[in-house]
Amino acid sequence: MADSTLPIGSAIDLTPPSEVYGTWLDQVHSWVVTVDHKKIGLMYIAYASIFLLVGGFEALLLRIQLAVPHNHFLSPEVFNRIFTMHGTTMVFLMGMPLIIGFANYLVPLMIGARDMAFPRMNAFSFWMTALAGLMLYYSFIGGVGLQGAGSAPDVTWWAYAPLTERAFSRGHSTDYWALSLIVSGFGTIGAAVNIIATTICMRCKGMTMFRMPLLAWLYLVVSGMILVTISPLTAAQIMLCIDRYLGGHFFDSQAGGAPVVWAHFFWVFGHPEVYVLVMPAFAISNEIIPVFSRKAIFGYPAMVAATAGIGVISLSVWAHHMFTVGMTSAQNAFFVLSTGLVGVPTGIKIFNWIATMWGGKIRFATPMLFCSAFLIQFLFAGLTGIMLSTAPWNWQLHNSYFVIAHFHYVLVGAIVFCFFGGFYYWYPKMTGKMLNERLGKWHFWLFVIGFHICFDLMHIPGLLGMPRSIYTYEPGRGWDTLNFIISVGGMIQGIATMIFVYNLVYSYFKGQEAGPDPWDAWTLEWATSSPPPEYNFATEPVVMSRRPLWDLKHPEDPDYRYE
Amino acid sequence: MSFLWVGEGSTRMFGRWLQRQGPGKAAYALLLLLSSAGHAAWGAPTDNVVYQTPNTFEPHSGPAHMIHNLSLFVIQITGAIFIVVAALFVYVVIRFRQRDPSDDSEPPQVYGSTQIELAWTVIPILIVLVLFLTTARILFAIQDQKMPPTAVDADVVGHQFWWEFHYPKYGFTTADELHVPVSTEQVPTTTSLRLLSADVDHSFWVPQLFGKIDSIPNQVNHMWFNPDKVGLYVGQCAQFCGVEHAKMLLRVYVQTPEDFAAWVKNQQQPGVQDPAVAEGRQIFESQACISCHVVRGTPAQGKFGPDLTHFMSRDTLASGVADNTPANLKLWIKDPDYVKPGSLMPAMQLSDDQIDKVVAYLDTLK
Repeated sequence: MADSTLPIGSAIDLTPPSEVYGTWLDQVHSWVVTVDHKKIGLMYIAYASIFLLVGGFEALLLRIQLAVPHNHFLSPEVFNRIFTMHGTTMVFLMGMPLIIGFANYLVPLMIGARDMAFPRMNAFSFWMTALAGLMLYYSFIGGVGLQGAGSAPDVTWWAYAPLTERAFSRGHSTDYWALSLIVSGFGTIGAAVNIIATTICMRCKGMTMFRMPLLAWLYLVVSGMILVTISPLTAAQIMLCIDRYLGGHFFDSQAGGAPVVWAHFFWVFGHPEVYVLVMPAFAISNEIIPVFSRKAIFGYPAMVAATAGIGVISLSVWAHHMFTVGMTSAQNAFFVLSTGLVGVPTGIKIFNWIATMWGGKIRFATPMLFCSAFLIQFLFAGLTGIMLSTAPWNWQLHNSYFVIAHFHYVLVGAIVFCFFGGFYYWYPKMTGKMLNERLGKWHFWLFVIGFHICFDLMHIPGLLGMPRSIYTYEPGRGWDTLNFIISVGGMIQGIATMIFVYNLVYSYFKGQEAGPDPWDAWTLEWATSSPPPEYNFATEPVVMSRRPLWDLKHPEDPDYRYE
Repeated sequence: MSFLWVGEGSTRMFGRWLQRQGPGKAAYALLLLLSSAGHAAWGAPTDNVVYQTPNTFEPHSGPAHMIHNLSLFVIQITGAIFIVVAALFVYVVIRFRQRDPSDDSEPPQVYGSTQIELAWTVIPILIVLVLFLTTARILFAIQDQKMPPTAVDADVVGHQFWWEFHYPKYGFTTADELHVPVSTEQVPTTTSLRLLSADVDHSFWVPQLFGKIDSIPNQVNHMWFNPDKVGLYVGQCAQFCGVEHAKMLLRVYVQTPEDFAAWVKNQQQPGVQDPAVAEGRQIFESQACISCHVVRGTPAQGKFGPDLTHFMSRDTLASGVADNTPANLKLWIKDPDYVKPGSLMPAMQLSDDQIDKVVAYLDTLK
């Protein structure tokens, strides 16, 4: 009950949570109507995790089909649907909600705020995102339409026109695809506006911009990029809908439209999107690597500058996805250069992480294991990215399995690894229970082994001429054995993910109590209880440096002397 | 975890079986089991196996060699970067890991170093510039190459799901199998391709001759190569174009100038008219076949499907899906969806007798 004698008594509800929870219906209701950034964050994360399992299951179906040449496990139609859904799911229904979920949960806590700037819009954004996912998957039932053509979309996740025009894509599957991306785009833009406003306006006393944890900085840049990049995607989807239903001819080549325009719109969104997804992974590493190396992050200002640099340069690299569409040599050369340059700030980040570890006392708990694997895998992925950026060689590598291997190295090897690390790191804060370390190590080692069996080898069939998006391939091309081993690696990753899911459930009920600060960390979220109360902090914190808890723990040698 | 197994006995049986088979074989068997679970009633005849890897590291033309050299250069540079940074990382992980878990003391705190950070900003910029200049040189050399007037021209038109090849200088059209002359030091011959599309985006990719360039509707793209070795080169469509994207295969036959000239001469002839198969021809011409297919010199003038004037001069049918034998051809005409599900050729509902006669007719179109 609120203490009404205090001047702000009605603002802080000190009732312990156990007394608030009523029947299960009350609990469900409390989640549906919540505007609390932590609950919304958890719903985003749960939503993304479910789609991680769905998308992963689809990936396993694809790998079974490709394990042997001329396989009949999936028909061509079903294979094309499944790989379209796998790509769309992993980017829009898994990746985006996952990064936004972590931002929702962590950004207010880390900058000492009590909620996001616009809590109601926050809830609205989540429910829009949820609607988009339901709409996309409803296409399995509703996409057939009156013409009985197809169910789920089967036009690939980049959906090059004119394959998406009505002449080539009958029924409603492509409509579901376009509309669900428009809706999820609204949700994403809402979340980005909210993160920007929160970061700029809600910081606690003493938290200047340059004292923010790097995670908040990276999410600020990412949100800015989202505002710039989601708009062309939404515009393109609207044009596509106009083409399909209102007789427009933007991309309709039969009426003089230009299919390449779609490609430009899509990749103006699509390439910065890769950085939108990978920078939150960097953000997680920026928090985990220092804590487990027991050192301050090396070169904080350079890290902020590199982040801003990636944000700006990545807006000018999109057409490196389009070296084969017939641009002039000068245009191609421009995108070779811009793509090479985006590697420079990315390189700075890798060097700074290694320098952070240098001279530390590195504790290899599960979060740090995942981030270490991320470091080396991201280095490799960056270098294959350099290979892809050299336009003439890109004519060979583009749309081959080499590209698939490269971007899974980024999306799985960097993003999924970091977010697994983030789960192990912040799960104690979110639930009050530690994740089981033993299961965590099993999860890590199985996943890392499966990952390398799968994606290291996947580069080779690409170099041997195997294109992507094919439901089967000819025997005798030298691709058979490789594909079989790749599929086995995929299965191992599936098993590892099951261990992770088991760990999440098991630790929730039987995990060790975490306490407020299990990792001996330094940012503000560890200053409150685990899980944090609805209002986060009983009193507004005051900070004097980038590591407020370090200052508290080491009054003899606080950070603010050096910054 | 015992509930996962049906019982103790089956666990032991599985264990024994695993021991006998070895893990590799066991995994293979399990995957095969899974793979066959959804076995459907379709599938191409698999007698067209060409044991040839379209390896991008075995180039056989001028531009492919240039790309190959560029790739080796890039691999050397990125490989060197990987070795240096990975070695640093491994050193850090081994040298600076916590050895004594009970040791609570914190290591000395370092916040950054401007000199070091400048160094690892400037050095990568220099590396990027070197890579850019090398890449640009090769890019311009390939892309801005002037085509000699003697070049063999061919228009490549992508269709769902086959390739049309038109030779404007020689005045004939064929499909799926491109023939080009070899280029020797005595007689350098360039083949110049214009890439177009009749419906959706496709991409022409024969890895040993060139990279891939997309064929896009309402747009003309260009590619050239000068193959240095006689032989068959395989490739396939590399931009998703619909249901049968995977079975949109490509063959390029690089021939000696004499063989190529002979092939061109044959292709320029109208279709053979053999009175022995007049019955088959009559069926062919009275059915809807002629609304999609061309046989030059006959009423068959449809442009939607592949040109059949010299159909029997091709080694494969349905864009490389099967060997071009009368048996496969019968299967294909009877039920195209069985051989290539989703192909746009309809089943014409002919009787077996009619199909035999049509196949006999097509068999004469050498």
